[in-house]
Amino acid sequence: MSTEEKQNLPTYQDSNSVEYPQNEIEVSNFIKKFYKSNVPIELIGSGSKRKIGKPLQCSKTLSLTKLNGIIEYLPEELYIKVKACTSIQQIEEELKKNKQQLAFEPIDFGYLFNGKSNCGTAAGQVACNISGSRRFKVGSVRDHVLGFRGVNGKGEIIKSGGNVVKNVTGYDLSKLVCGSYGTLIALTEITFKVLPAPEVSKTLIIHDQKIEPATFLLEQAISSSNDISGAAFFPIEPKVPGCVMNIEKTFKLNDLKYGGSLTTIRIEGSKKSINLRIQNLIDELKIVNFNISILDTYQSEIFWNKVKSLEFFSSSKNNILRIVIPPSECVQLVYQLSNKFKYYLDWGGALMWMEAFELSEEMFESIRKKVVKHGGYVTMIKNSDYLPYVEDVFTINRGRFDISQNIKKSFDPKRILNPGKMYTGI
Amino acid sequence: MPKIDRKLISKKKDIIVDLKKIIKAENVLDHEDETRPFETDALSAYKQKPMVVIFPENTEEVSKILAYCNQQRIKVVPRGAGTGLSGGALPLADSILLCLGKFNKIIDIDYKNRCVVAQPGVTNLSITQAVQDKGFYYAPDPSSQIACSIGGNVAENSGGVHSLKYGTTTNNLFGVEIVLMDGTISRLGGKTFDSEGYDLLGLVTGSEGLLCVITEVTVKILKKPQTIKAALIGFSSIEDGGRCVSDIIASGIIPSGMEMMDKALIHATDNFVKAGYPRDAESMLIVELDGTKKEVEELIERVNNIAKKNKSSSIKISKNERQRLKFWAGRKAAFPACGDMAPDYYCMDGTIPRRKLAEVLKEIGRLSKKYNLPVANAFHAGDGNLHPLIMYDANEKNSLERTEKFGADILKYCVKVGGVLTGEHGVGVEKRELMCEMFNNNDIQQQIKIKKALDSSSLLNPGKVYPILRKCAEEGRVHVHRGKTKFANIPRF
Repeated sequence: MSTEEKQNLPTYQDSNSVEYPQNEIEVSNFIKKFYKSNVPIELIGSGSKRKIGKPLQCSKTLSLTKLNGIIEYLPEELYIKVKACTSIQQIEEELKKNKQQLAFEPIDFGYLFNGKSNCGTAAGQVACNISGSRRFKVGSVRDHVLGFRGVNGKGEIIKSGGNVVKNVTGYDLSKLVCGSYGTLIALTEITFKVLPAPEVSKTLIIHDQKIEPATFLLEQAISSSNDISGAAFFPIEPKVPGCVMNIEKTFKLNDLKYGGSLTTIRIEGSKKSINLRIQNLIDELKIVNFNISILDTYQSEIFWNKVKSLEFFSSSKNNILRIVIPPSECVQLVYQLSNKFKYYLDWGGALMWMEAFELSEEMFESIRKKVVKHGGYVTMIKNSDYLPYVEDVFTINRGRFDISQNIKKSFDPKRILNPGKMYTGI
Repeated sequence: MPKIDRKLISKKKDIIVDLKKIIKAENVLDHEDETRPFETDALSAYKQKPMVVIFPENTEEVSKILAYCNQQRIKVVPRGAGTGLSGGALPLADSILLCLGKFNKIIDIDYKNRCVVAQPGVTNLSITQAVQDKGFYYAPDPSSQIACSIGGNVAENSGGVHSLKYGTTTNNLFGVEIVLMDGTISRLGGKTFDSEGYDLLGLVTGSEGLLCVITEVTVKILKKPQTIKAALIGFSSIEDGGRCVSDIIASGIIPSGMEMMDKALIHATDNFVKAGYPRDAESMLIVELDGTKKEVEELIERVNNIAKKNKSSSIKISKNERQRLKFWAGRKAAFPACGDMAPDYYCMDGTIPRRKLAEVLKEIGRLSKKYNLPVANAFHAGDGNLHPLIMYDANEKNSLERTEKFGADILKYCVKVGGVLTGEHGVGVEKRELMCEMFNNNDIQQQIKIKKALDSSSLLNPGKVYPILRKCAEEGRVHVHRGKTKFANIPRF
């Protein structure tokens, strides 16, 4: 692409327009200046999730990448306090030394957008609030943020929460900031709750099930007292033109004994209890005569890393959608979408990732209508050359929009922080 | 409290006529004898009768009432079961007390989506009771669970003894139906995990009735663990007990509950329920572990070893469910047991980093001598939530005042060591003046702006959570003449 072509792109920004504040005070000073001069700004970290949401046309970019580093990590207090743009990789490496983890499984969109693993930064995870397969058991990113510091749209430094789990002092702004895509605040510091990493992990896989029995098994497994921490389904059907069906290629693991679809259940915990829990599951689900495989810790971890990084779609050039619904609705929804899309289910059917070939905006809106009717919501995570832009990336209704607009004003009265990134007018 | 609107009170008769047009006449209580039972919540040191008490029966009625009050500029205080410990449901003299006691039905039990939809007046415990025959339960279990309402739990983000492993209300909530002060009805969340856009559900949880009235709640239910066991561990010093707590967590064990009591409370509760506590111990831990049988056995063994390393003086493991419940009976009776020891007690609620426990208890001991008031300490050790129970006699002159000062000093110390003012009881009226210990002007202004974003005239539960002493100063409008601040000696933040 020529320089001129690049400059003509709506998202083009002159490198001179990127500011790199070194610390919180500088972030505050920059935003104060932009507030005074009514300059809208795009907030960025490492950029691993920058393509989610509507493209921004801001004359200035504020990169928070210089705010990185671990401020305080107290394993016995179960928290880690980091500067906003500390990489998730660095955090996870540090936690590993004490056999701890970010239990919400930070999502990895690296493969989807750039072909290689990249979990991005702490602030990016908080801004998007998209969590991995353990969500139904341990909660989402929002359940693991104990407190934060940041700068609002007037340049004021504010904080909320603290370093402790139990805290009801004032409104819980940590929740509000999670999933706000940088439209409320420029984060400068985040305190995460951390938890012990499980000693071992194993995965029970039931082969070659159709969606209905598969989701039934997942529901039974989650509703049992075996304390499972992953429940996903990878179908082999439908075979969709324009989408590569790569289930075998994606999950090339020695312990997988059979082909066909994969109904997968993860069990984590101490060595002694784990085999017993798997046996319990096999008995309770009455699957002793089914084709089953069991992945040991090493392969189990590889498997769930692939789930979390959406490798099922990694070579895709198509649109990628994220649908969250009540689990009881997922089978009906899949039937109603009339087998036109490649998909897989996570969270026992409460989350559906979908790849859509040659998707039109009308089709996307028609999917949204169906999803909303089933009590869920849909997000356009990745655009394609075929459908590079949709008006409504996120789902919202009128009532919530009005409240959200007022909330936005209370943080950012001149709408200078990532304006329009989530919704027109917010 | 905000200035009384005497003009409004003079129109009380008209207001009652209007209210009776919106809801059934029998649901409007205005005689002094009828409103007296509602003059306080569980923080009974504060009392104030409201102008009128109402019991709407459905969401539409709540919506119409709020729209009417918004138009007439009438303050509204929402109330669930009135079990709050921070005065969050304390009425104002010129307010309408909106009680949700008639919202007492469970609407839907949905095992497929593992949730229960309930009206806000349903008690916390009755949700578990409704699903326990299928082996499910609702995890957050505040000590008041037999009486407290689920709507109140959402408003206060209630915790309980199991919140270390299972989280507080906010982590166990799928959705709510709310009514804003202008009468708008809105649904936040549903039966899905998270929702898109701003996490308004997270914002209203723990907002202490300042942002909206909750008219329906959808909570997550969990399958009961296969096995639950508890260990009762005595220590000959507070320090040993505190270190044991930190070591258990550091070893990678997350108990489903971990409670600590000091000597004063061990004696008080053991006298009260004969729970078999180690009476010679200076501190005592109840460590509860759940999971599969094998897992629990393994964990109990590990906890046992850690306790021995920390010089435990006695260890008892529950042999059966009856004994486990007996262990808990003492802890759950901590408050009434204190009531047995002194005419009145005042329960505080700060959270501290676990490692600071011994230091904080030492300071509480020092303050106890300074104020000449006995104190007993219950501690949700797992999550650092401390409940000092200050004993006093309200008939003694100035004793409540002294008790409150003592309590405030404890909370200030909690903040000083890196903790927070309140772990689960809420700020309410009780702790609002202490907010500036934790937050600066910017932080509080941001929160007040959010309040105004949802309730522009500040009519919903005014006078709670945010400091009011500074009057106009807290709204940021102070006229400074020639650089001279008026009343410069009044603390500002």
